[in-house]
Amino acid sequence: MSAPGSDGPTPPRALISAHGISKQFAGVEVLRDVDLDLYPGEIHALLGENGAGKSTFAKILAGVFRPSRGTLALNGTPVEVPTPIAAQRLGITLIHQEPISFPDLSVAENLVLGRNEDRPLGRVRWGDLKRDADRLMGRLGIGLDVTRPMRGLSIADQQMVEIARALASDARLIIMDEPTAPLTPKEVETLFGIVRQLRAEGRTIIFISHRLEEVRALCDRVTIFRDGNRIATEDIGKLTDGDIIRLMIGREVKGYIPKHKATIGDVALAVKNLTLHGKFEDISFEVRRGEIVGLGGLVGAGRTDVARAIFGVAPAQSGTIFVNGQAVEIKEPADAVNQGLAFVPEDRATAGIFRTLPVEQNITAAVPKTIAPKGIIRRALERTVAGDAVQRLRVRLASIRQPIGELSGGNQQKAILARWLLTDPQILILDEPTRGIDIGVKAEFYEMIGELAASGRAILVISSELPELLALSDRVLVMSEGRLTANLPRGEATDETVMHAAVPRSKSNGNAQVAA
Amino acid sequence: MNVMDIMRRREAGIVVMIVLFSLAVGILQPRFLTVETLRIVLLAVPLILVAAMGEMMVIVARHVDLSIGSILGFTAIVAGMLWRDHPELPIILGVLAAIGLGAVLGLINGLLVTIFKLPSIIVTLGTLSLYRGLLFYYSNARQVDPQYIPHGLIEMSQTSPIFGIPWIIIIAFLVALATYFFLDHTRLGRQIYAIGSNPVAAPLRGIRAVPITILVFVISGALAGLAGIMYASRFGYVNPGITGVGFEFTVIAPVVIGGVSINGGVGSVGGTVLGVILLGAVSVALPMLGVSGFWQDAIYGAVILVALVIDRSVRQGGIKGLLARDAA
Repeated sequence: MSAPGSDGPTPPRALISAHGISKQFAGVEVLRDVDLDLYPGEIHALLGENGAGKSTFAKILAGVFRPSRGTLALNGTPVEVPTPIAAQRLGITLIHQEPISFPDLSVAENLVLGRNEDRPLGRVRWGDLKRDADRLMGRLGIGLDVTRPMRGLSIADQQMVEIARALASDARLIIMDEPTAPLTPKEVETLFGIVRQLRAEGRTIIFISHRLEEVRALCDRVTIFRDGNRIATEDIGKLTDGDIIRLMIGREVKGYIPKHKATIGDVALAVKNLTLHGKFEDISFEVRRGEIVGLGGLVGAGRTDVARAIFGVAPAQSGTIFVNGQAVEIKEPADAVNQGLAFVPEDRATAGIFRTLPVEQNITAAVPKTIAPKGIIRRALERTVAGDAVQRLRVRLASIRQPIGELSGGNQQKAILARWLLTDPQILILDEPTRGIDIGVKAEFYEMIGELAASGRAILVISSELPELLALSDRVLVMSEGRLTANLPRGEATDETVMHAAVPRSKSNGNAQVAA
Repeated sequence: MNVMDIMRRREAGIVVMIVLFSLAVGILQPRFLTVETLRIVLLAVPLILVAAMGEMMVIVARHVDLSIGSILGFTAIVAGMLWRDHPELPIILGVLAAIGLGAVLGLINGLLVTIFKLPSIIVTLGTLSLYRGLLFYYSNARQVDPQYIPHGLIEMSQTSPIFGIPWIIIIAFLVALATYFFLDHTRLGRQIYAIGSNPVAAPLRGIRAVPITILVFVISGALAGLAGIMYASRFGYVNPGITGVGFEFTVIAPVVIGGVSINGGVGSVGGTVLGVILLGAVSVALPMLGVSGFWQDAIYGAVILVALVIDRSVRQGGIKGLLARDAA
């Protein structure tokens, strides 16, 4: 086991040095001139809001993306990392949150596949393979039958196999992208033990997590990203939780979002003690007519699960939903539609559109009775209904008959919104309505959402973009790890109060309690 | 549970099915349980076995090759016409020509599937027709009659080097043995399983999915070419409108029954060999029992469907396996 950098009298040399790393996607700069040195034997946390650039940076190191500008050096030698395989050869391994594997092959094979590529006809010696695999797993202290197939292993065990894989290729830099999110507390402890062991062996670990508590427990240094820039790199002991949060959010809200004026009426939607174990616990809130309520929090906090429960996609185990003051039972989306609800899901591609069908059919999909009064679709009616909707929402398209998959993301999103507006919903739930659409269309969306509220509808918007959340909402709810941690009226909702409520922290760390 | 355990259980299951089937038929028709019947069954399998080795590799890689029947016909007719037009040509040159042509036709399949990213079921459905049409054109729709097939080749189906087992049976089992070694004991073989198990992950793991997929189609084509030679040897003629027609289903059925999953990544040579023998026994037994040809097709089809249902439940390990997959 060589420990790079420890063999000279000079101060420890960086294992990997990033210099001026920048990355653009479709003309948008998501990473800007990032310099960072990582040393052997350190566990280094990358922190930042969703979209701050930390994952992009990690993926550049791991060869998933190529930087638009900038250079990387390994032990002082400039290197190119064009592919994940190249990264692996250089000793850099990225461990995905939900590891990729070959489910039909054995654990042992998953450990070695893809290495020794240069001798494809080389023999597989099953005895040696099993012995090597057992030894690797033994080093990590994991008692896993290496001859069993990967299929059916827990996520925690799959991560362990990935780590063992990294060791098998003698990885010197191991990047873990939010490894703890799907794990139980006990599994997290096991993982931490192994990560510390890797550090003791002189390896470098990059640890990406939203949980400050875990970062404190595990990491030596922390680098904070914001809006594609590296904001700070410090020893973890020198920063308080408050410092970290301020560094993560420290930017002013941009002024392009119109403030909307609403006349707030009666309660349209209320939920009480909604619980779905493992997803969210004891959620209660209400949304009034004319009101836009924002639901903020970090990715994975359970916001989408709450929306799906209200809409009957994956109903809650306990708790009550009230519509216009009446307790209602919503077991499936059809029930929700009958109650006047509409839900525009986050994942357009898989949950929202019928890619290959024409725009008109996509729009009228939610109102079969309108366009087919006697069970037979009346084409002319369908065209008129869809045409009106397209005009009202200013969907830009070549023809109403073109497949919806050909439209830009923003226009697809508008078409889906148009579909739901046809059902004349009184309560609208929008999950990340502006994700992946460009700024011009975003502004139109904000205007539309404002108009919908002004017409007396109740609106619940899930958004991971703080400025959007703050500017749109009359009230901001914040979730963290499945619980509602704040309910802030417009005046009190700021970057800081929302982030304080969103970031999971240890209970003992009492210096930054939620200001709700 | 161990992968090998499942495989072994699947293979044991087929052995049990073969034994039960033979006993049941034997009770109704004692003539079935004789060495002579065993010889007939074994003579029925070599063509299917050889082509099944190629087809199983293709299916393990999560593809399918529907064109093997046409490749078999094409290669058989080309070899037969070579021998007819050049009677002095050594047998081996005809054999090599058939295998080489099969490899080229397989290469075309592989290139269409990988370079143009077309689904293999459509590509090979197209080449199934295309190759058959070309072979009609090439042969002027004329049969190669028995007198033109080299005597030495026909003898390979009749004479035996050992224990009275004809050459083509020995060759078929040697091919199966080589396939077993390749798939189970070389890195390349295991990578075929990896590609079929998770095509998205394979390139991320440094597995060269494109050339390996092409290779798999080339092997399938070459083995269909070898089966074409075996056809000429076994039946003594080659007919453009008969030879190899419908052969793809004759081959895919035992492959699937043998436990090769149509979802890729799963399957063993042993299981496939047993699947070929089971269906060989079925095809020999039905006429002996006086079952009409009409019903033979229906029973054959029913056996395939039952095997698919079993495949589904084994792969998913019941509800638990399903949930684990959704969670992943």
